[in-house]
Amino acid sequence: MKVFLKELFFELRKNRGSMIGVVIIILSVIVAVLAPLLAPHDPTHIYTDSLNLPPSFVAGGSSRFFFGTDDLGRDLLSRLIYGSQVSLSVGFAVVVLSLVIGTFLGVIAGFYGGLIDKTIMRITDLIMSLPSILFAIVIVAVLGPGISNAIVAVSIVAIPNFVRIIRAQVMVEKSRQYVAAAKLFGAGNFRLMFIEILPNCMAPLIVQATLGFSDGILNCAALGFLGLGAQAPMSEWGTMLSDARSYIESSPWMVTLPGLCILIVVLSFNLLGDGLRDALDPRLKKQS
Amino acid sequence: MKYIAKKLLDLIPTLFGISLVCFFLIRLIPGDPVLNLIGERGADPARYLEMKKALGLDLPITQQFWIYLKSIFRGDIGTSIISNNSVWNEFIERFPATLELGMVALLGATIIGIPLGIFAAMKRNSFFDYFLMSTSLVGYSMPIFWWGLILILFFSVKLGLTPVSGRIDFTYDIPVMSGLYLIDTLRPEILKAEGFAPFISALRHLILPSIALGTIPLAVIARMTRSSMLEVLGEDYIRTARAKGMSKTRTIYIHALRNALVPIITTLALLFGSIITGAILTETIFSWPGIGKWIVSSITARDYPVIQGGVLIISFVIVLTNIIVDIIYFLLNPKMRN
Repeated sequence: MKVFLKELFFELRKNRGSMIGVVIIILSVIVAVLAPLLAPHDPTHIYTDSLNLPPSFVAGGSSRFFFGTDDLGRDLLSRLIYGSQVSLSVGFAVVVLSLVIGTFLGVIAGFYGGLIDKTIMRITDLIMSLPSILFAIVIVAVLGPGISNAIVAVSIVAIPNFVRIIRAQVMVEKSRQYVAAAKLFGAGNFRLMFIEILPNCMAPLIVQATLGFSDGILNCAALGFLGLGAQAPMSEWGTMLSDARSYIESSPWMVTLPGLCILIVVLSFNLLGDGLRDALDPRLKKQS
Repeated sequence: MKYIAKKLLDLIPTLFGISLVCFFLIRLIPGDPVLNLIGERGADPARYLEMKKALGLDLPITQQFWIYLKSIFRGDIGTSIISNNSVWNEFIERFPATLELGMVALLGATIIGIPLGIFAAMKRNSFFDYFLMSTSLVGYSMPIFWWGLILILFFSVKLGLTPVSGRIDFTYDIPVMSGLYLIDTLRPEILKAEGFAPFISALRHLILPSIALGTIPLAVIARMTRSSMLEVLGEDYIRTARAKGMSKTRTIYIHALRNALVPIITTLALLFGSIITGAILTETIFSWPGIGKWIVSSITARDYPVIQGGVLIISFVIVLTNIIVDIIYFLLNPKMRN
């Protein structure tokens, strides 16, 4: 495992794009963790004397509020900083949930085959045949709007990706010699599945987990934008965007900034995911 | 033939599953559907039971599902609580708007994306290639609900070039024929009465939403074309063609592109689902009267029959499209026939 990670890092360092991705991810994690220290104001505090202030570097802006204030007089910069907390933890929660459930189902489907496999794959195909946001919207409509329900909905939508990848990999691995050897030594099915086979399926799993981050953040922000995700007064980028829509003419910065944050974070995870795929896929390595 | 039959047979459990999901959808909603309908206050027990019976909710759940399946087969997928129209009619009314937007977006993305991808593959590792691939990654990561707003901010608010919402200026009253305004406004009687003005108005309304919706497909298509071309260009038959003395352009357009197109077509088909997803967001931003906006507003209005029926039709449409693409793909690709 240690060698694997070392090699992976070596490959990754050659890819400029993914290094940029890593740097942005680390920076945004730092911002999220240190949010209480970095934010100049309380993100929910309402300054009634300064509504809709433009950023400080634009005419009419106040030096007290670097990125200006929103329609209720809350400091935009502080809200954006706290928004990174929400988005990153949402992404993390989605990846963990869908990865654990998806991997478990995928390993079982690939290992046992037969009816279990068929049933699991039918359900996965079903979820995949529905457009992801539509399905997530439906789940949120049933569970009720809110950030935790949005996470559940987006995770359910993300599960099939993991199931498919792991299943395909397990089906290849289970006919390998080392599995037969472990079986001869008397390893049970559980051991074979999760201790012998699963660690050898890591490469595609890492790529999918990274890309799952960007999908999760993007989809949760989209739900927030539709009013189905995080609810006021939580500072979540998607919800902030939807609140800002009515002020697009008078306060364009309120629209521009939260979306830019979403784009940068999503892009950085996609950059890293792309680099990881190139580094881990031996077929592509040979080509270049 | 066997393949097609198998595909069609595969369709049955999928459609059944979708119906099952939609059936349970309305029954999983917290709260009593009867009380939701008649209101908490005016519920005396006799009326409550009567209503429950009228809705068929007193029957066992399996029987309820059977009745639901039968009504789907009859083409009856429910009635909107808000407008009292049948869900099917509401869908048909709005579908052309989404179809027009989706087709223009996807068509534009294909027409621009494929040449860009080919060019990037031919100039591999050049500045243009790097630039295009990084731009496409940005496009791929784009939160389109924000991108749409930025387009409005720039083109409509700052430059005043395009309208902000709707499909056409409300001064034009276009009788619905195909429901696609770009076609309907070009009918002879409209041209005679109003000239090209309605068509141009429809086109101007369409530009921003289709850019917003087409951005992610454009990025996907350009990347896919590039990698698919690179793969094909490394094949032996390309070298053979070149060794025979065939010109570079001819090799690329006759041999390489044709083979590279196969995975590109598959990608296009897969993009259909993401177009619907994108349409939900794009239509909300641009107040485009299509099915995406319809579903979102039915959720805000808690119009459950519309959500249930709408999701059912949309998923049916997507599943059927995927099957049709699979079959066309099968017929086009001789490799798959054995």
